[in-house]
Amino acid sequence: MTDRQPPSGDLRSVPALLARNVARFGGRPAHREKEYGIWQSWTWAQAADEIRALALGFLALGVKPGDHLAIIGRNRPAHYWGMIAAQMCGAVPVPLYQDAVAEEMAYVLEHCGARFVLCGDQEQVDKVLEVERATGALAQIIYTDKRGMRKYDHSRMNALADVQAEGRAAAQRLGAQLDGLIAGLDYDSTCVMLYTSGTTGKPKGVVLSNRNIIETAKNTAEFDRLDQREEIVAYLPMAWVGDFIFSVGQAMWSGFTVNCPEGAHTMMTDMREIGPTYFFAPPRVFEGQLTSVMIRMEDAGHVKRWLFRKGMEIARRTGPALLDGKPVSVGDRIAYGLGKIFVFGPLKNTLGLSRVRVGYTAGEAIGPEIFDFYRSLGINLKQLYGQTEASVFITQQPDGQVRSDTVGVPSPGVEVKIGENGEVYYRSPGTFVEYYKNAESTASTKDPEGWVATGDAGFFEEATGHLRIIDRAKDVGRMADGSMFAPKYVENKLKFYPNILEAVVIGNGREYCTAMINIDLSAVGNWAERNNISYGSYQELAGHPQVYATIKEHVEAVNRSVAEDPMLSGCQVHRFLVLHKELDPDDGEMTRTRKVRRAVINDKFSDLVAALYDGSSSIHTRTEVTYEDGRKGQISATLKIEDVQVFGQASQQKVAAQ
Amino acid sequence: MMQAHEGYVTDDGRQIGGTVMELKNITLRFGGVVAIKDISFDIRQGEIRAIIGPNGAGKSSMLNVISGFYNPQEGEVWFKGYRRGPMKPYQVARLGIARTFQNIALFDGMSVLDNIMTGRLNKMKAGFLSQAMWWGAAEREENENREAVEKIIDFLEIQNIRKTPVGRLPYGLKKRVELARALAAEPQLLLLDEPMAGMNVEEKEDMSRFILDVNDEFGTTICLIEHDMGVVMDLSDRVVVMDYGRKIGDGTPDQVRSNQDVIDAYLGVAHD
Repeated sequence: MTDRQPPSGDLRSVPALLARNVARFGGRPAHREKEYGIWQSWTWAQAADEIRALALGFLALGVKPGDHLAIIGRNRPAHYWGMIAAQMCGAVPVPLYQDAVAEEMAYVLEHCGARFVLCGDQEQVDKVLEVERATGALAQIIYTDKRGMRKYDHSRMNALADVQAEGRAAAQRLGAQLDGLIAGLDYDSTCVMLYTSGTTGKPKGVVLSNRNIIETAKNTAEFDRLDQREEIVAYLPMAWVGDFIFSVGQAMWSGFTVNCPEGAHTMMTDMREIGPTYFFAPPRVFEGQLTSVMIRMEDAGHVKRWLFRKGMEIARRTGPALLDGKPVSVGDRIAYGLGKIFVFGPLKNTLGLSRVRVGYTAGEAIGPEIFDFYRSLGINLKQLYGQTEASVFITQQPDGQVRSDTVGVPSPGVEVKIGENGEVYYRSPGTFVEYYKNAESTASTKDPEGWVATGDAGFFEEATGHLRIIDRAKDVGRMADGSMFAPKYVENKLKFYPNILEAVVIGNGREYCTAMINIDLSAVGNWAERNNISYGSYQELAGHPQVYATIKEHVEAVNRSVAEDPMLSGCQVHRFLVLHKELDPDDGEMTRTRKVRRAVINDKFSDLVAALYDGSSSIHTRTEVTYEDGRKGQISATLKIEDVQVFGQASQQKVAAQ
Repeated sequence: MMQAHEGYVTDDGRQIGGTVMELKNITLRFGGVVAIKDISFDIRQGEIRAIIGPNGAGKSSMLNVISGFYNPQEGEVWFKGYRRGPMKPYQVARLGIARTFQNIALFDGMSVLDNIMTGRLNKMKAGFLSQAMWWGAAEREENENREAVEKIIDFLEIQNIRKTPVGRLPYGLKKRVELARALAAEPQLLLLDEPMAGMNVEEKEDMSRFILDVNDEFGTTICLIEHDMGVVMDLSDRVVVMDYGRKIGDGTPDQVRSNQDVIDAYLGVAHD
């Protein structure tokens, strides 16, 4: 049943794929959304009808080919319809991060010159109105959720349902025009424009064509044998390329069902109800799930704890081998079968992962323990490596060749090479067209032959042909003594401890490395509760002596493991402090995709950095924080700085220096 | 201007209708203590009316008079054109009045959903037997009422705690569930007793937004008691100020703010 034909002349755009899906899977569900406590669903035929009505409504509002239509809201079928309807009109959909503050939004809206904005709700409309004057070009706002919108000036504002109603009324008048526009779409027309998260500098608008999206979707869907029976849960930001590839590209290609949760807070419950078969989550989500499982197990009774421990022992021994199709003894198979009935089956069900056939994680390194935990439960969790400019996929792990420390082999159709400086380059049908209105950056990223620099340093393992990523190429630096400095490598090792949410290692050009650490409030908070440690705030808990002692143990363990690699043993952490606030995208310390912005942190916490290197044992600091509504406040704290034992060569040097 | 009994138009352009409830010369005594002394004011269709005052001013007593829980010794209470006598709580509910409480009064052991469903009780008519069997009218009724409740859950953004027992919720959310239960009764007049007491800034802002949205979306007339002056002034169309059981001010937030008696009551005044 799976479609395996190459796209013919008429399958060269997303609207064309939609038409094919209506013909082939018309009665199967295309989208589901939980609303009012019930899963509402739309078949492909119904979804296509809604999308067409919306596209006609867009035309009636004056959407023209080449216009940009920004979409700001949570994952909802209506918003996916908006993207496809925009494509039908020849316009370019530009999904934005819905938690972006107004200024961030202003830059993007102005840069792409969006004439139309589809907002999820009043909150987003307010933000758009706030920045409207700066952007100038805005013609119409369309909103999905009518709530609280009655009092607004509606001269340039419409509810999505009304736009659709208008579109349906204009079906006769505008139908032929719309059909003409759809027929005019080809492989080279723009499918979507996505803004990079902007780890450094301003976000850049990545233009992806139908060729990029459809070829990538086709290749990767075949790689994992995805078909129309898959179920996915769309919960990652719509502005992120991954969501576009999974929920639009692959969903359109394979014809599978996209399920939208009721809201961010209900995600876990909704996922359990759907039981996705194809699942993507960043390591952070898997870490969070594992932490909550462990916390709940620690609170469970003796019998349950014993069962869980025994079960996991068996799972760890047998699970990954079974997944990889390696030989497993009959006794172990029976034990695993029993464990599955009593322990991991119910556990998987609780996590909503019972039916996962293909699971992916990417974006950051995942801790080996975490990775193995899920694999041992029998979940086919794999890693991939990608970026927006590649339409996600650069490398991915084939079934049966999965390891936590590699990111797999090049995806079908992708060529990968390693540059002289160790940087990873790729070339693929998914390689982006250009950065919008930024020929200079386009030229410096993509060479005339189509090779794109990823900005990551890595190497191929000779034995397996798998790619390993060390760090961001520009973050890899030198210590004062010339040895290699790879902060991410150490930070990842630190973050593998459930108590540590985030870590920032400093040391480029310095004599030794230091670290700033964020505790994980749920893990440390639970530990405090069990040990009768009272605390009044995040800050108080972070500064607790016993918390410091625990973190110190973790840092020492990491030093010991870093010391084993002679190339990187200089990266051991000599001193650390625990931060009094969580690093937050609202404060600019992280990107919206939660990647640490080193320059900002070095600048903002310069007093802390100085204290880490001047030998002082504590520092008083004041930090500006931004509340959810955009107001600013200040928190002040006195932070302790701890010295940590280092191992191997590094320790000898230090002794010699003293 | 405020004396006119026909409606008026608010600053943000909402049309306020005629009088829904009128209190005439209310006096309420507990034994020898006079809690409310000779107070008169009215509540108009579609407005947000606040009662403010320092501690012990008699605000909660006033709300209890409005809700029919206390019966004043003197004065008249008129609701929708009828003079009201002493009433049982279910009679109040049938009249279209619902309320929340200062110290939350929810069923701790029941889920959020079930708590809100209790707000629909006066809409359910099926007999005990068919309810117990969940058959016929009872099934249809429950489905209809569940739908109404789900719309409120969506409206107040508490989908994620739908099945959580109320006892496990933090304070701010309990307050929201209480509001949800009051809304479930589809009241014409909603009484809120200190809806923001004990909340942090962010929770207060959320609650203010919900109160405004309820008023805007359902056209519900709202009468609220609140301590926090800032919140009251932003939220309400008209404010009654009480002190020691008397009314010392009545009017728009601006009028009240510039009223010397009100300033004295709040900031204290030098007595010679």
